[in-house]
Formats: sequence, C-alpha cells, structure tokens
Amino acid sequence: MNVTIARLTMSTLFGHRRGLLLFILPAVLLVLCVLLALTVDDTADFSTALLQMFGLAVIVPLVSLLAATGALASEIDDGSIVYLLSKPIKRSTIIVTKALVAVAVIIVLAAVPMVIAGLILDFGDPQTALAFGAGTLVAGIAYTAIFTALSVMSGNAVTIGLIYALLWEGVMGQYVGGAKALSVQQWSLAVVQHLTDAPHVKSDVKLPIALILLVAVTLVGITLAISRLRSLVLSTAE
Amino acid sequence: MSVIQIDQVSRWYGNVVAVNDVTMTIGPGVTGLLGPNGAGKSTLITMMAGFLPPSTGTVTLDGVPVWQNQAAYRHIGLVPETEAVYDTLTGAQFVRANAELQGLSNPAAAATAAISTVELTDAAKRRISTYSKGMKQRIKMAAALVHEPSVLLLDEPFNGMDPRQRLHLMDLLRKIGADGRTVLFSSHILEEVQQVATHIEVVISGRHAASGDYRAIRTLMTDRPVLYRLRSSDDRRLASALIADPCTSGADLAAGALQVQVADFERFSRIVPALARDLGIRLLEVAPTDESLESVFSYLVGRR
Repeated sequence: MNVTIARLTMSTLFGHRRGLLLFILPAVLLVLCVLLALTVDDTADFSTALLQMFGLAVIVPLVSLLAATGALASEIDDGSIVYLLSKPIKRSTIIVTKALVAVAVIIVLAAVPMVIAGLILDFGDPQTALAFGAGTLVAGIAYTAIFTALSVMSGNAVTIGLIYALLWEGVMGQYVGGAKALSVQQWSLAVVQHLTDAPHVKSDVKLPIALILLVAVTLVGITLAISRLRSLVLSTAE
Repeated sequence: MSVIQIDQVSRWYGNVVAVNDVTMTIGPGVTGLLGPNGAGKSTLITMMAGFLPPSTGTVTLDGVPVWQNQAAYRHIGLVPETEAVYDTLTGAQFVRANAELQGLSNPAAAATAAISTVELTDAAKRRISTYSKGMKQRIKMAAALVHEPSVLLLDEPFNGMDPRQRLHLMDLLRKIGADGRTVLFSSHILEEVQQVATHIEVVISGRHAASGDYRAIRTLMTDRPVLYRLRSSDDRRLASALIADPCTSGADLAAGALQVQVADFERFSRIVPALARDLGIRLLEVAPTDESLESVFSYLVGRR
C-alpha cells in the first residue's frame, strides 16, 4: 500500500466525468427501493429478490467494473501509468494499492448503499440488510481482482468487463444452471445466505466451496495482474 | 556519470522490424536521436526506459539491463511523449507526487526546486488541465528531474512548443548536459538537434545510420556528393584541372566563385592542394556550401 499511489488513483477515479457514473448506479438502486417501499404495501416477499437480482447481479458488478478499471485501465489507456512505472516501486505495491482503493470505493458506493437499500425495503430486518452488505463486499473484492487483471491484460478491459458483468453475472449467473456455479454473484449469495434467515435467499453453491472459489479468484487475479504489470509493454507512438 | 549501452538490439512487432541491429553508446552530455517519423526512435527510447524488451540484444544502464529492473528508475528521468498526466492535480501536486514515488527524503523541497528549474513556479498552483502544451511539457520535465537523475530521456520534447519555450528547453538541456548528466532526446527536426546536441545518433528505417557530431557524420559520408566553393587566383584553370579528376562530378563558374560537386571527399581533400601547387594557383578559400544537418539527413534518407 502506497499513499501517494492511492491519492493519484482517487484523483483519476473522481477527477473526471466518468466518476459520476459511480454515484449514479447506487443512486438508481436506492431510488428504486424508495419507490417500491412507498408504492407496495408488503415488500417482504420481493425485497431479497430485488437485492439479489438487481443489487448483487447488476449494481455490484458494474460499480466494481467502474472502480477497478477506473483505477487502473484508464491510466494504462491514456499512458499516465508511465509516471508510476518509471519509479523504483514494486509492481505488487502498485496493483495492491489500486485494488485496495477500488475495494474502498466499492464499500462506500456499493456495500453501504446495499445495506441502506435493505433497510429501506424492510426496516425490521437489519440482519438481512447487513448480510447483503457483506455479500457485496466479498463479491466486490473478487470482482476487483478480476477487473484489475483484465485492466492489465487487455486494452478493451471496460468492454470485455461490461460484457462479462452483464451477460455472465447478470443473466447466466442467475438463470443458467451450469453458469451459476461459476459466478461470483452466486458465491457471494452463499455468504449472504449463511448470514441471514430470510427464506428466499438461496445460492446454488455451498458456502465452503463458494469461499474457496472467492479466495482463489481473488488471489489468481491479483497475482496475474502483478506479473503482467511487471512485463507491461508501453506502446510507442510509432 | 551514466552510460546507456545498446548492444546489437533488434525489435520487431510481428513481421514489422522497428529497430534493426542497432549498437550505440550514450554517454554524458546531450545526445540527439535523430530520424524521420517512424524510424524507430520511440521504440529505442522506450527500450532505454525499460518499457519494452528488445527482441534480441541488450539495453543496459551502467552495465545493468533496464528491462524489468525497477531500481534503474532511481537513475533515470523520463519525459514521455504522451501528453496524459494526472491533470486534475496542480503542477505542484503532480511533481510532489513524483518526488514521493521516488522515495525522496524531502519531497516538498525537491518538487519546489524542480519546478523552479523549469521556471514554472508562478503556475505551480494551477491545475495541469489549464496548462498550455508547452507548460505541460515543462511540468513533465520537472517531474522527471525531481530526483536529479543521472540519465534524462526525452521523447520528442519539442513537439508543440512555441519558439520561446523551445529556446528555454534547449537552454535547460544544455545546462543539464554540461552538468555531466546523460541526456538523450529524440527529434525529427534537424535544427533542434543541431542546436542542442553535442552528439548525434541518426536512425533511419530502424537502422543506425550515423553517429558523431554533425560535422563528423558528414565526414563519415565520404561517398556523399558535396558542393564545395573555391576561390583562387585562377578559378577557370583550377576548374578544368578538377573536372579532369574522377573525384568531382561537376563544376560551375557562374556564381562568381568556382563551385565543385565533389563525389569522393577523401580524394578531393588530398588532390586540391597538390593540384593548386602544381598549377601555381593560389587557393583563397575552400569551403563546403551546405554544412547543415538538413543536407546530411536528406542524403542519408535518400540513400536508402
């Protein structure tokens, strides 16, 4: 962890218009929850469904995508990463710092809104709300690792990440049997399921397996990112 | 005192050869890396900066390879061609961040000093996004100089600068070179190189075409036709004697002096005094008419 890199990363993330998107996504979630809480009398039936199918499956991967690629891919894209790379700093420090910044952003702009959304939908069940917050955090960490690796490995990290987030996590991970077992969303749902008694929260993956897969994806992603950054070739103008 | 050694380096991208078997040594002082666009200058600088591995050969700084060697950046200052910087920061914040990343013990003082070196103190508190292109170039320069590196690499540093900023940067590079530091900059504009560099490396189509100061480069090109102007006590007789020798390919008396197209410089330089002595002609002046790098360059490019 390097404070200067963290500061620079924050300035990239929030210094540009793109940073606004990071606020819009959780805002949409919260507005939707408020509207539903106001218009529907008994929200208990679908509150967990909304948190899972819209929150965990759509908002969390998208916020993670914006945070992680914004922290790394955008600097590689425009070339400003050269100011970090031309320093006697371990590449692992650069990656880990950027990943930590992304996770911090996810906590503030996805995990906390998720807890608030849960409370808006069902104020009497703070446990479920907190469980979804925890699920968001573990999913966010895994996504950060995936999107950080993607940022170093591809010049189209955002596009590929978007396709993955929307198609795989958003659709396949919810509805297609085989894909469920291999989706971060279901793994994090297993964590949520463990932490709450809410009846409709049910993951396709058992908790121990989910935890192992979450840790494995995180470690592989970060390790891959570090090793790729070490031999990152900066494109030349010619 | 640092030396960059490029030893039999080639670099290709797929089927395209960007740099072809280049060997050169860059020592203290200001070296200009000269060549037309697409000649492989950026590729060479990127390899010297450790951001691209050579396909074959080695690039070393004081004997140590730079590729995947983060410690080398303690000694290297890099001014990349890319314009992107953390432009939401102020100039002062940006340079200070670079000082911190270098692990300097007093980053604030180092940043202030570097900013004053590039004479940007007045604008240091402004956001970089409000800077002109020339100012951005200077703040990048300050960031590269903040840790007082022994090697300074600059990729097309004069691009987009107005004449005044250009002169300022030239002065600065000369000063840094005079300090005994190793400065290398690339350019495709000949007069820039000629004005600053004490040493020139010419790269054309990925190959190392010539090396030396610009007069030396020219002298190396002995087979290059050069126009010489001679004034003597009898131009007409001297002209007929010279045109009879295979070292010249043409002579012209029209311009009020004798102009000779020299094909073989070595032979020409030996034969002129001898001829004049034998013919009893007094030589008043023998001078090349175009000493400019431009003519060397166009010759080198045209030859390939």
